[in-house]
Amino acid sequence: MTEMLSIKLIVNGIVVNKLVDPRQHLTDFLRSDLGLTGSHIGCEHGVCGACSVRVNGRVVRGCLMLASQSDGAEIETIEGLVESGDLNELMTEFVARNALQCGFCTPGILLTAAEIVAEDRCFSRQEIRNELSGNICRCTGYQAIIDAIEMVLIENMKKK
Amino acid sequence: MKAPTFKYLRAESMDDVYAAFAEYGDEAVILAGGQSLMPMLNMRLAQPAVLVDINPIYELSGIVLSNQKLHVGAMTRHVEVANAELVAETLPLIGCAIKQVAHRGIRNRGTFGGSLAHADPAAEMPACAVALDATLILQSHGGARRVKATDFFLGVMSTDRRSDEILTSIELPTQGSNHAWAFHELSRRHGDFALVGVAATAQRRSEGLDGLRLVVFGCEARPRISEVVASRTLVPQDVAEFAAAVVKDLDPMSDLEGDAEIKLIQAHALVERSLNDLLAAQPYD
Repeated sequence: MTEMLSIKLIVNGIVVNKLVDPRQHLTDFLRSDLGLTGSHIGCEHGVCGACSVRVNGRVVRGCLMLASQSDGAEIETIEGLVESGDLNELMTEFVARNALQCGFCTPGILLTAAEIVAEDRCFSRQEIRNELSGNICRCTGYQAIIDAIEMVLIENMKKK
Repeated sequence: MKAPTFKYLRAESMDDVYAAFAEYGDEAVILAGGQSLMPMLNMRLAQPAVLVDINPIYELSGIVLSNQKLHVGAMTRHVEVANAELVAETLPLIGCAIKQVAHRGIRNRGTFGGSLAHADPAAEMPACAVALDATLILQSHGGARRVKATDFFLGVMSTDRRSDEILTSIELPTQGSNHAWAFHELSRRHGDFALVGVAATAQRRSEGLDGLRLVVFGCEARPRISEVVASRTLVPQDVAEFAAAVVKDLDPMSDLEGDAEIKLIQAHALVERSLNDLLAAQPYD
């Protein structure tokens, strides 16, 4: 019988106390224990990026971190970021040009895109494409996704 | 695709790590950034009895410059190395190569020391550590041991680290103004492991380049200096001959990305590019 570990963390601004199996990864925990099913489970070995969540302000692979390691951490998932309005501009541009089809990769791509936008600098299209190499989309061919991110970067530049 | 059962130990201090080694010996595996170990667990390629999580040990992170050496804590994350001006200024080879290490989400969590300790032959940082003549500091309960990067890597995911030792920091001699460097990598997608790559440094002299430390990675079982050209002076007209000599000395492993013959062709192109880069490099301050 595995010894369960007690963890206390903040998920989307709410303090959570739970017992977890040491071998459970973070995205499994968020989905099955907290019902936050917006972070998806694709490859479970760090290739596809569908499981991306923010841990202490940085995007990480939720499948490559144990839930037990999130003790004391601040986690933000796609649900929290949508609710906070942080992704509004990106989501508007994604919807405007259908930058998704099945939507499986979209939460992870939005999190990566938000980190790119937050860097507050110029990105060429090739750079955006390189940044997205860690998030696999099998529907769109990326063109509309890159268009959407580029548009948000341009709009942000204009505001300066 | 779920990790096997293991005991999870959260190490708050080095003493916790040594205690885990004392109690569990070979069964205890260090969990640093987890960006290689976690996939191996999820795919059950590794089934350790005990994981010792060193993420809470803050003193294992950080980048400090002293005595012309950059001291990088083993738990310093790739993103911190990539963002550090100190690295870009004093070790431009690392500053360039770190951008090729995996993807954003993985660089945010993966660590410099973890990449070295894991010793994947296709990884960028082990090759850079060898090219830059880095020294690795391994600590055990009995004290510290210093190992040159050239001696540390023994084979595929195999190193000179003993089972009661933990890699704590890496010392990298900074590159001076007469120092030339080159880095090239071939991969199918930005951020993927290299099909083949080259990391190289050399000293600029009036008569040409000497002290050439050229490492071809993603090719053989471990990163090593190409000895056939190490003691020679490179001048522009010898590039083709040097490249041919380096490639002739390689013994590539075939892998899923290509057979040995293809790797030789790829390596030849990258070595030639790297040698030309070294010669073309301008002094910097």
